[in-house]
Amino acid sequence: MTFKTPLYEEHVALDGRIVDFAGYFMPVQYPTGVIKEHMAVREKAGLFDVSHMGEVTFKGRDALANLNRILTNDYTNLKVGRVRYGVMCYEDGGCVDDLIVYRRGEDDFFVVVNASNRFKDVEWMKAHLEGDVKFEDVSDQYAEIALQGPLSGEILSPYTELPEKYYSFIDTEILGKKVILSQTGYTGEYGFEIYCAPEDAVYLWREILKDERVIPCGLGARDTLRLEASMPLYGHEMDETISPLETGLDFGVKMNKDFIGRDAIAARKNRHRIGIRMTGRGIAREHNDVYLDGRLIGHTTSGTHCPYLKGAYAMALVDEAYEPGTKVEVDVRGRRIEGEVTKLPFYKKEK
Amino acid sequence: MKTPVELKYSKTHEWVRFISDTEAEVGLTDYAQNALGDLVFVNLPEVDAEAVKEETICDVESVKAVSDVYAPVNGTVSEVNEELLDAPEKINSDPYGAWLFRLTDVSDCDDLLDADAYAAFCESEEN
Repeated sequence: MTFKTPLYEEHVALDGRIVDFAGYFMPVQYPTGVIKEHMAVREKAGLFDVSHMGEVTFKGRDALANLNRILTNDYTNLKVGRVRYGVMCYEDGGCVDDLIVYRRGEDDFFVVVNASNRFKDVEWMKAHLEGDVKFEDVSDQYAEIALQGPLSGEILSPYTELPEKYYSFIDTEILGKKVILSQTGYTGEYGFEIYCAPEDAVYLWREILKDERVIPCGLGARDTLRLEASMPLYGHEMDETISPLETGLDFGVKMNKDFIGRDAIAARKNRHRIGIRMTGRGIAREHNDVYLDGRLIGHTTSGTHCPYLKGAYAMALVDEAYEPGTKVEVDVRGRRIEGEVTKLPFYKKEK
Repeated sequence: MKTPVELKYSKTHEWVRFISDTEAEVGLTDYAQNALGDLVFVNLPEVDAEAVKEETICDVESVKAVSDVYAPVNGTVSEVNEELLDAPEKINSDPYGAWLFRLTDVSDCDDLLDADAYAAFCESEEN
Protein backbone atom coordinates (compact mmCIF):
# COMPACT_ATOMS: atom_id res chain seq x y z
CA MET A 1 0.00 0.00 0.00
CA THR A 2 1.44 3.30 -1.05
CA PHE A 3 -0.04 6.51 0.38
CA LYS A 4 -0.56 9.86 -1.28
CA THR A 5 0.03 13.09 0.59
CA PRO A 6 -2.62 15.83 0.36
CA LEU A 7 -0.33 17.49 -2.20
CA TYR A 8 -0.03 14.51 -4.54
CA GLU A 9 -2.22 16.04 -7.26
CA GLU A 10 -0.15 19.24 -7.10
CA HIS A 11 3.03 17.26 -7.79
CA VAL A 12 1.42 15.54 -10.75
CA ALA A 13 0.14 18.88 -12.09
CA LEU A 14 3.65 20.33 -11.74
CA ASP A 15 4.99 17.38 -13.75
CA GLY A 16 6.96 16.02 -10.79
CA ARG A 17 8.65 12.67 -11.27
CA ILE A 18 6.86 10.49 -8.75
CA VAL A 19 8.53 7.64 -6.86
CA ASP A 20 7.48 5.40 -4.01
CA PHE A 21 9.44 6.65 -1.00
CA ALA A 22 8.87 5.20 2.45
CA GLY A 23 5.41 4.08 1.39
CA TYR A 24 4.39 7.43 -0.11
CA PHE A 25 4.17 8.59 -3.71
CA MET A 26 6.54 11.55 -3.59
CA PRO A 27 8.14 13.82 -6.20
CA VAL A 28 11.86 13.09 -6.54
CA GLN A 29 12.24 16.15 -8.78
CA TYR A 30 10.30 18.54 -10.97
CA PRO A 31 11.23 19.39 -14.58
CA THR A 32 13.63 22.06 -13.25
CA GLY A 33 15.96 19.26 -12.11
CA VAL A 34 17.82 18.46 -8.92
CA ILE A 35 20.68 20.92 -9.44
CA LYS A 36 18.48 23.98 -9.98
CA GLU A 37 16.22 22.95 -7.11
CA HIS A 38 19.25 22.54 -4.86
CA MET A 39 20.66 25.92 -5.87
CA ALA A 40 17.29 27.61 -5.38
CA VAL A 41 17.42 26.62 -1.71
CA ARG A 42 21.00 27.82 -1.27
CA GLU A 43 20.38 31.13 -3.05
CA LYS A 44 16.66 31.98 -2.90
CA ALA A 45 13.94 29.62 -1.72
CA GLY A 46 12.49 26.18 -2.40
CA LEU A 47 9.24 24.58 -1.29
CA PHE A 48 9.06 20.91 -0.28
CA ASP A 49 6.16 18.62 0.50
CA VAL A 50 7.28 16.65 3.55
CA SER A 51 3.81 15.52 4.58
CA HIS A 52 5.07 11.95 4.69
CA MET A 53 6.86 12.72 7.96
CA GLY A 54 5.22 11.23 11.05
CA GLU A 55 4.00 13.20 14.07
CA VAL A 56 3.16 11.93 17.54
CA THR A 57 2.23 13.67 20.78
CA PHE A 58 3.12 13.02 24.41
CA LYS A 59 0.82 14.75 26.87
CA GLY A 60 0.37 14.55 30.64
CA ARG A 61 2.20 14.92 33.92
CA ASP A 62 4.79 12.27 33.01
CA ALA A 63 5.23 13.23 29.34
CA LEU A 64 8.62 14.81 30.00
CA ALA A 65 9.86 11.87 32.06
CA ASN A 66 8.86 9.49 29.28
CA LEU A 67 10.70 11.48 26.63
CA ASN A 68 13.78 11.71 28.81
CA ARG A 69 13.76 7.95 29.33
CA ILE A 70 12.95 6.92 25.74
CA LEU A 71 15.16 9.49 23.96
CA THR A 72 18.88 10.22 24.20
CA ASN A 73 18.56 13.98 24.68
CA ASP A 74 17.44 15.79 27.83
CA TYR A 75 14.25 17.83 27.45
CA THR A 76 14.03 19.03 31.06
CA ASN A 77 15.17 22.55 30.29
CA LEU A 78 13.54 22.77 26.86
CA LYS A 79 11.43 25.91 26.93
CA VAL A 80 7.88 26.04 25.64
CA GLY A 81 8.13 27.24 22.04
CA ARG A 82 11.47 25.59 21.40
CA VAL A 83 12.53 22.51 19.44
CA ARG A 84 15.26 20.00 20.25
CA TYR A 85 16.80 17.10 18.32
CA GLY A 86 17.09 13.60 19.75
CA VAL A 87 17.64 9.95 18.98
CA MET A 88 15.61 6.94 20.11
CA CYS A 89 17.73 3.87 20.86
CA TYR A 90 17.28 0.17 21.40
CA GLU A 91 18.68 -1.42 24.57
CA ASP A 92 21.79 -2.41 22.60
CA GLY A 93 22.51 1.19 21.61
CA GLY A 94 21.43 0.92 17.97
CA CYS A 95 19.06 3.59 16.67
CA VAL A 96 15.29 3.15 16.36
CA ASP A 97 15.05 6.59 14.76
CA ASP A 98 16.09 10.21 15.06
CA LEU A 99 13.51 12.92 15.59
CA ILE A 100 12.76 16.44 16.76
CA VAL A 101 10.70 17.38 19.81
CA TYR A 102 8.55 20.51 20.05
CA ARG A 103 7.49 21.65 23.51
CA ARG A 104 4.01 23.15 23.15
CA GLY A 105 3.26 23.31 26.88
CA GLU A 106 4.77 22.17 30.17
CA ASP A 107 3.19 18.75 29.67
CA ASP A 108 2.57 18.85 25.93
CA PHE A 109 5.13 17.64 23.37
CA PHE A 110 4.88 17.25 19.60
CA VAL A 111 7.44 14.87 18.09
CA VAL A 112 8.33 14.55 14.40
CA VAL A 113 9.72 11.24 13.16
CA ASN A 114 10.92 9.81 9.86
CA ALA A 115 8.20 8.59 7.50
CA SER A 116 9.90 5.26 6.96
CA ASN A 117 10.01 4.58 10.71
CA ARG A 118 6.63 5.90 11.75
CA PHE A 119 4.89 2.60 12.58
CA LYS A 120 7.99 1.05 14.15
CA ASP A 121 8.49 4.18 16.27
CA VAL A 122 4.88 4.24 17.42
CA GLU A 123 5.10 0.59 18.51
CA TRP A 124 8.36 1.23 20.36
CA MET A 125 7.10 4.36 22.09
CA LYS A 126 3.82 2.72 23.13
CA ALA A 127 5.67 -0.28 24.54
CA HIS A 128 7.84 1.94 26.74
CA LEU A 129 5.32 4.39 28.19
CA GLU A 130 5.11 4.69 31.96
CA GLY A 131 2.94 6.68 34.36
CA ASP A 132 0.57 9.51 33.54
CA VAL A 133 1.06 10.10 29.82
CA LYS A 134 -1.28 10.18 26.86
CA PHE A 135 0.44 9.15 23.65
CA GLU A 136 -1.09 9.61 20.20
CA ASP A 137 -0.01 9.12 16.58
CA VAL A 138 -1.35 12.29 14.96
CA SER A 139 0.42 11.86 11.59
CA ASP A 140 -2.82 11.79 9.65
CA GLN A 141 -3.95 15.09 11.19
CA TYR A 142 -1.03 17.04 9.73
CA ALA A 143 0.42 17.89 6.38
CA GLU A 144 3.91 19.40 6.39
CA ILE A 145 5.43 21.89 3.98
CA ALA A 146 9.03 23.11 4.23
CA LEU A 147 10.04 26.50 2.85
CA GLN A 148 13.82 26.60 2.81
CA GLY A 149 16.32 29.18 1.63
CA PRO A 150 17.65 32.63 2.51
CA LEU A 151 14.52 34.43 1.23
CA SER A 152 12.02 32.22 3.06
CA GLY A 153 11.52 34.71 5.89
CA GLU A 154 10.81 37.57 3.50
CA ILE A 155 8.39 35.37 1.58
CA LEU A 156 6.38 34.33 4.64
CA SER A 157 6.47 37.54 6.63
CA PRO A 158 3.60 39.30 4.79
CA TYR A 159 1.31 36.52 6.00
CA THR A 160 2.46 35.79 9.52
CA GLU A 161 4.80 36.59 12.35
CA LEU A 162 7.85 34.35 12.31
CA PRO A 163 9.58 32.26 14.98
CA GLU A 164 12.68 34.37 15.54
CA LYS A 165 15.24 31.84 16.59
CA TYR A 166 16.60 28.69 14.98
CA TYR A 167 14.80 25.70 16.49
CA SER A 168 11.91 27.72 17.85
CA PHE A 169 8.25 27.65 16.78
CA ILE A 170 4.94 29.43 17.15
CA ASP A 171 1.28 28.46 16.84
CA THR A 172 -0.04 30.94 14.33
CA GLU A 173 -2.12 31.45 11.19
CA ILE A 174 -0.94 31.80 7.62
CA LEU A 175 -3.59 33.23 5.27
CA GLY A 176 -6.23 32.29 7.79
CA LYS A 177 -5.08 28.69 8.21
CA LYS A 178 -3.96 27.43 11.59
CA VAL A 179 -0.39 26.16 11.56
CA ILE A 180 2.56 25.26 13.69
CA LEU A 181 5.42 27.26 12.18
CA SER A 182 8.97 26.39 13.15
CA GLN A 183 12.36 27.66 12.11
CA THR A 184 13.71 24.22 11.31
CA GLY A 185 14.63 22.19 8.26
CA TYR A 186 16.77 19.53 6.71
CA THR A 187 18.78 21.51 4.19
CA GLY A 188 21.44 23.32 6.22
CA GLU A 189 19.80 26.58 5.16
CA TYR A 190 17.67 29.20 6.89
CA GLY A 191 14.04 28.20 6.56
CA PHE A 192 10.74 27.14 8.02
CA GLU A 193 8.57 24.09 8.40
CA ILE A 194 4.80 24.50 8.38
CA TYR A 195 2.49 21.91 9.93
CA CYS A 196 -1.11 22.40 8.85
CA ALA A 197 -4.36 20.50 8.51
CA PRO A 198 -4.30 18.19 5.44
CA GLU A 199 -7.25 20.05 3.91
CA ASP A 200 -5.34 23.36 4.06
CA ALA A 201 -2.15 22.07 2.45
CA VAL A 202 -3.08 22.65 -1.19
CA TYR A 203 -4.15 26.24 -0.53
CA LEU A 204 -0.96 27.11 1.37
CA TRP A 205 1.23 25.32 -1.17
CA ARG A 206 -0.34 27.21 -4.09
CA GLU A 207 -0.27 30.58 -2.33
CA ILE A 208 3.41 30.27 -1.42
CA LEU A 209 4.29 29.16 -4.96
CA LYS A 210 2.65 32.30 -6.35
CA ASP A 211 5.77 34.11 -5.15
CA GLU A 212 8.08 33.92 -8.13
CA ARG A 213 11.14 33.69 -5.89
CA VAL A 214 10.11 30.18 -4.83
CA ILE A 215 10.26 26.96 -6.83
CA PRO A 216 8.97 23.52 -5.81
CA CYS A 217 11.71 21.05 -4.88
CA GLY A 218 11.64 17.28 -4.68
CA LEU A 219 13.22 14.63 -2.51
CA GLY A 220 16.28 14.46 -4.76
CA ALA A 221 17.28 18.00 -3.80
CA ARG A 222 16.30 17.34 -0.19
CA ASP A 223 18.86 14.53 -0.14
CA THR A 224 21.68 16.45 -1.84
CA LEU A 225 21.04 19.45 0.43
CA ARG A 226 21.13 17.42 3.63
CA LEU A 227 24.23 15.56 2.46
CA GLU A 228 26.02 18.77 1.50
CA ALA A 229 25.17 20.07 4.98
CA SER A 230 26.33 16.68 6.36
CA MET A 231 23.10 15.98 8.21
CA PRO A 232 22.69 12.28 9.01
CA LEU A 233 19.82 10.32 7.49
CA TYR A 234 18.28 7.29 9.15
CA GLY A 235 19.03 4.14 7.17
CA HIS A 236 22.34 5.63 6.03
CA GLU A 237 24.43 7.35 8.72
CA MET A 238 22.49 5.59 11.46
CA ASP A 239 20.39 2.47 11.81
CA GLU A 240 19.71 -0.32 14.28
CA THR A 241 23.37 -1.42 14.09
CA ILE A 242 24.94 2.02 14.59
CA SER A 243 24.93 3.96 17.87
CA PRO A 244 24.32 7.71 17.88
CA LEU A 245 27.79 8.35 19.28
CA GLU A 246 29.43 6.28 16.55
CA THR A 247 27.76 8.49 13.97
CA GLY A 248 28.85 11.65 15.75
CA LEU A 249 25.60 12.82 17.33
CA ASP A 250 27.23 13.56 20.69
CA PHE A 251 25.39 16.89 20.97
CA GLY A 252 22.07 15.04 21.10
CA VAL A 253 23.11 12.31 23.53
CA LYS A 254 23.18 13.19 27.24
CA MET A 255 25.14 10.44 28.98
CA ASN A 256 24.62 12.03 32.42
CA LYS A 257 20.96 10.93 32.57
CA ASP A 258 19.35 7.52 32.34
CA PHE A 259 17.80 6.49 29.04
CA ILE A 260 17.16 3.33 27.06
CA GLY A 261 20.41 2.20 25.46
CA ARG A 262 22.75 4.40 27.49
CA ASP A 263 24.89 1.66 29.01
CA ALA A 264 25.31 -0.08 25.68
CA ILE A 265 26.23 3.19 23.98
CA ALA A 266 28.82 3.91 26.69
CA ALA A 267 30.36 0.47 26.22
CA ARG A 268 30.90 0.79 22.50
CA LYS A 269 32.44 3.37 20.30
CA ASN A 270 34.25 1.44 17.65
CA ARG A 271 33.41 3.60 14.68
CA HIS A 272 33.42 7.22 13.66
CA ARG A 273 31.61 9.21 11.02
CA ILE A 274 33.95 11.15 8.76
CA GLY A 275 33.53 13.28 5.66
CA ILE A 276 35.36 12.54 2.44
CA ARG A 277 35.86 14.89 -0.49
CA MET A 278 36.58 12.95 -3.67
CA THR A 279 39.77 14.30 -5.25
CA GLY A 280 39.94 11.72 -8.04
CA ARG A 281 37.44 11.37 -10.85
CA GLY A 282 34.39 9.57 -9.57
CA ILE A 283 31.36 9.85 -7.34
CA ALA A 284 31.21 7.72 -4.20
CA ARG A 285 27.74 6.44 -3.34
CA GLU A 286 26.58 4.57 -0.26
CA HIS A 287 28.16 1.22 0.72
CA ASN A 288 31.46 1.83 -1.07
CA ASP A 289 34.52 0.45 0.76
CA VAL A 290 37.02 2.99 2.08
CA TYR A 291 40.75 2.22 2.19
CA LEU A 292 43.73 3.84 3.90
CA ASP A 293 47.11 2.71 2.54
CA GLY A 294 45.42 -0.34 1.05
CA ARG A 295 43.74 -1.31 4.33
CA LEU A 296 39.94 -1.46 4.55
CA ILE A 297 38.88 1.06 7.24
CA GLY A 298 35.11 1.25 6.70
CA HIS A 299 32.44 2.12 4.18
CA THR A 300 30.54 5.11 2.89
CA THR A 301 27.03 5.70 4.21
CA SER A 302 25.93 8.35 1.67
CA GLY A 303 27.62 10.02 -1.25
CA THR A 304 26.72 12.21 -4.16
CA HIS A 305 27.71 15.15 -6.28
CA CYS A 306 27.07 18.27 -4.18
CA PRO A 307 25.73 20.98 -6.51
CA TYR A 308 26.64 24.05 -4.44
CA LEU A 309 30.15 22.85 -3.57
CA LYS A 310 30.47 21.50 -7.13
CA GLY A 311 32.19 18.29 -6.19
CA ALA A 312 31.67 14.73 -5.06
CA TYR A 313 31.41 14.22 -1.30
CA ALA A 314 30.61 11.25 0.90
CA MET A 315 30.15 10.45 4.55
CA ALA A 316 31.65 7.22 5.88
CA LEU A 317 31.76 5.10 9.01
CA VAL A 318 35.34 4.12 9.71
CA ASP A 319 37.45 2.61 12.50
CA GLU A 320 39.16 5.81 13.72
CA ALA A 321 38.55 9.56 13.77
CA TYR A 322 40.98 10.36 10.96
CA GLU A 323 42.25 13.91 10.70
CA PRO A 324 41.15 16.19 7.87
CA GLY A 325 43.65 15.93 5.06
CA THR A 326 44.17 12.19 5.44
CA LYS A 327 44.32 10.59 1.99
CA VAL A 328 41.99 7.67 1.44
CA GLU A 329 40.69 5.64 -1.49
CA VAL A 330 37.09 4.71 -2.15
CA ASP A 331 36.14 1.67 -4.20
CA VAL A 332 33.63 3.03 -6.69
CA ARG A 333 32.28 0.13 -8.73
CA GLY A 334 35.64 -1.62 -8.88
CA ARG A 335 37.78 1.50 -9.34
CA ARG A 336 39.81 2.93 -6.47
CA ILE A 337 39.18 6.67 -6.48
CA GLU A 338 41.25 9.06 -4.37
CA GLY A 339 39.62 11.10 -1.67
CA GLU A 340 40.58 13.22 1.30
CA VAL A 341 39.14 13.28 4.80
CA THR A 342 37.33 16.61 5.16
CA LYS A 343 35.87 18.38 8.16
CA LEU A 344 32.10 18.05 8.69
CA PRO A 345 29.86 19.76 7.79
CA PHE A 346 30.92 20.14 4.15
CA TYR A 347 28.67 23.18 3.84
CA LYS A 348 27.67 25.62 6.54
CA LYS A 349 25.51 28.64 5.83
CA GLU A 350 26.90 32.09 6.50
CA LYS A 351 25.56 33.63 9.68
CA MET B 1 11.40 14.94 -27.08
CA LYS B 2 13.65 15.44 -30.06
CA THR B 3 14.66 12.62 -32.41
CA PRO B 4 16.57 14.05 -35.38
CA VAL B 5 15.73 12.13 -38.57
CA GLU B 6 19.34 11.88 -39.78
CA LEU B 7 20.35 9.72 -36.79
CA LYS B 8 19.90 6.05 -35.92
CA TYR B 9 18.93 4.84 -32.45
CA SER B 10 19.29 1.86 -30.14
CA LYS B 11 16.71 0.53 -27.70
CA THR B 12 19.19 1.32 -24.92
CA HIS B 13 18.84 5.03 -25.80
CA GLU B 14 22.08 5.77 -27.60
CA TRP B 15 22.07 7.66 -30.90
CA VAL B 16 24.44 6.88 -33.80
CA ARG B 17 25.54 9.43 -36.41
CA PHE B 18 27.23 7.76 -39.37
CA ILE B 19 30.21 9.69 -40.70
CA SER B 20 30.83 7.03 -43.34
CA ASP B 21 29.76 3.40 -43.73
CA THR B 22 32.30 2.28 -41.16
CA GLU B 23 32.70 5.37 -38.95
CA ALA B 24 30.18 6.68 -36.45
CA GLU B 25 29.65 9.03 -33.53
CA VAL B 26 27.67 7.91 -30.49
CA GLY B 27 25.81 9.86 -27.81
CA LEU B 28 22.84 9.68 -25.48
CA THR B 29 19.36 10.55 -26.70
CA ASP B 30 17.16 13.37 -25.52
CA TYR B 31 14.88 10.76 -23.93
CA ALA B 32 17.86 9.30 -22.03
CA GLN B 33 19.15 12.62 -20.73
CA ASN B 34 15.69 13.59 -19.58
CA ALA B 35 15.19 10.28 -17.79
CA LEU B 36 18.61 10.48 -16.13
CA GLY B 37 18.25 14.06 -14.94
CA ASP B 38 21.16 16.45 -14.36
CA LEU B 39 24.36 14.73 -15.42
CA VAL B 40 27.40 15.49 -13.31
CA PHE B 41 29.99 12.92 -14.32
CA VAL B 42 31.05 11.09 -17.48
CA ASN B 43 33.37 8.12 -17.47
CA LEU B 44 34.52 7.83 -21.10
CA PRO B 45 35.99 4.70 -22.73
CA GLU B 46 39.67 4.42 -23.62
CA VAL B 47 40.73 5.15 -27.17
CA ASP B 48 41.30 1.83 -29.02
CA ALA B 49 38.83 0.07 -26.72
CA GLU B 50 36.68 -2.48 -28.48
CA ALA B 51 32.98 -1.67 -28.58
CA VAL B 52 30.84 -4.79 -28.44
CA LYS B 53 27.24 -4.29 -29.39
CA GLU B 54 24.84 -4.31 -26.41
CA GLU B 55 27.67 -4.45 -23.87
CA THR B 56 28.61 -1.67 -21.45
CA ILE B 57 31.22 0.66 -22.89
CA CYS B 58 31.23 3.53 -20.42
CA ASP B 59 28.98 5.18 -17.85
CA VAL B 60 27.45 8.48 -16.92
CA GLU B 61 26.26 9.68 -13.54
CA SER B 62 23.45 11.98 -12.62
CA VAL B 63 23.14 13.56 -9.19
CA LYS B 64 21.26 10.51 -8.01
CA ALA B 65 22.57 7.50 -9.89
CA VAL B 66 25.04 5.79 -12.19
CA SER B 67 23.88 4.62 -15.58
CA ASP B 68 25.69 2.36 -18.04
CA VAL B 69 26.10 3.36 -21.67
CA TYR B 70 25.89 0.44 -24.10
CA ALA B 71 27.66 0.13 -27.43
CA PRO B 72 24.88 0.39 -30.04
CA VAL B 73 27.08 -1.30 -32.69
CA ASN B 74 30.41 -3.14 -32.91
CA GLY B 75 33.52 -1.08 -33.54
CA THR B 76 36.74 0.37 -32.17
CA VAL B 77 36.87 3.60 -30.18
CA SER B 78 38.90 6.10 -32.19
CA GLU B 79 38.23 9.29 -30.25
CA VAL B 80 36.45 10.40 -27.05
CA ASN B 81 34.83 13.75 -26.36
CA GLU B 82 37.08 15.00 -23.56
CA GLU B 83 35.20 18.27 -23.48
CA LEU B 84 32.43 16.43 -21.62
CA LEU B 85 34.71 15.53 -18.71
CA ASP B 86 34.47 19.06 -17.40
CA ALA B 87 31.04 19.80 -18.83
CA PRO B 88 28.80 16.74 -18.51
CA GLU B 89 25.79 19.07 -18.40
CA LYS B 90 26.16 19.49 -22.18
CA ILE B 91 24.55 16.07 -22.51
CA ASN B 92 21.45 17.60 -20.92
CA SER B 93 21.49 20.87 -22.80
CA ASP B 94 22.51 19.53 -26.24
CA PRO B 95 22.16 15.74 -26.31
CA TYR B 96 22.69 15.43 -30.06
CA GLY B 97 25.72 17.71 -30.08
CA ALA B 98 27.36 16.13 -27.05
CA TRP B 99 28.81 12.98 -28.63
CA LEU B 100 30.54 10.63 -26.22
CA PHE B 101 32.89 8.71 -28.51
CA ARG B 102 33.64 7.96 -32.15
CA LEU B 103 34.01 4.47 -33.60
CA THR B 104 35.82 3.01 -36.60
CA ASP B 105 35.35 -0.46 -38.12
CA VAL B 106 31.66 -0.18 -37.36
CA SER B 107 29.60 -3.31 -37.98
CA ASP B 108 26.36 -5.01 -36.99
CA CYS B 109 24.15 -1.95 -37.38
CA ASP B 110 21.21 -3.42 -39.26
CA ASP B 111 18.74 -3.42 -36.39
CA LEU B 112 19.24 0.19 -35.32
CA LEU B 113 15.98 2.12 -35.29
CA ASP B 114 15.16 5.15 -37.38
CA ALA B 115 13.77 8.27 -35.73
CA ASP B 116 10.10 7.34 -36.02
CA ALA B 117 10.61 3.80 -34.77
CA TYR B 118 12.68 5.07 -31.86
CA ALA B 119 10.10 7.69 -30.91
CA ALA B 120 7.42 4.97 -30.97
CA PHE B 121 9.65 2.73 -28.85
CA CYS B 122 10.10 5.49 -26.22
CA GLU B 123 6.38 6.03 -26.12
CA SER B 124 5.83 2.32 -25.44
CA GLU B 125 8.42 2.47 -22.63
CA GLU B 126 6.47 5.26 -21.01
CA ASN B 127 3.28 3.21 -20.87
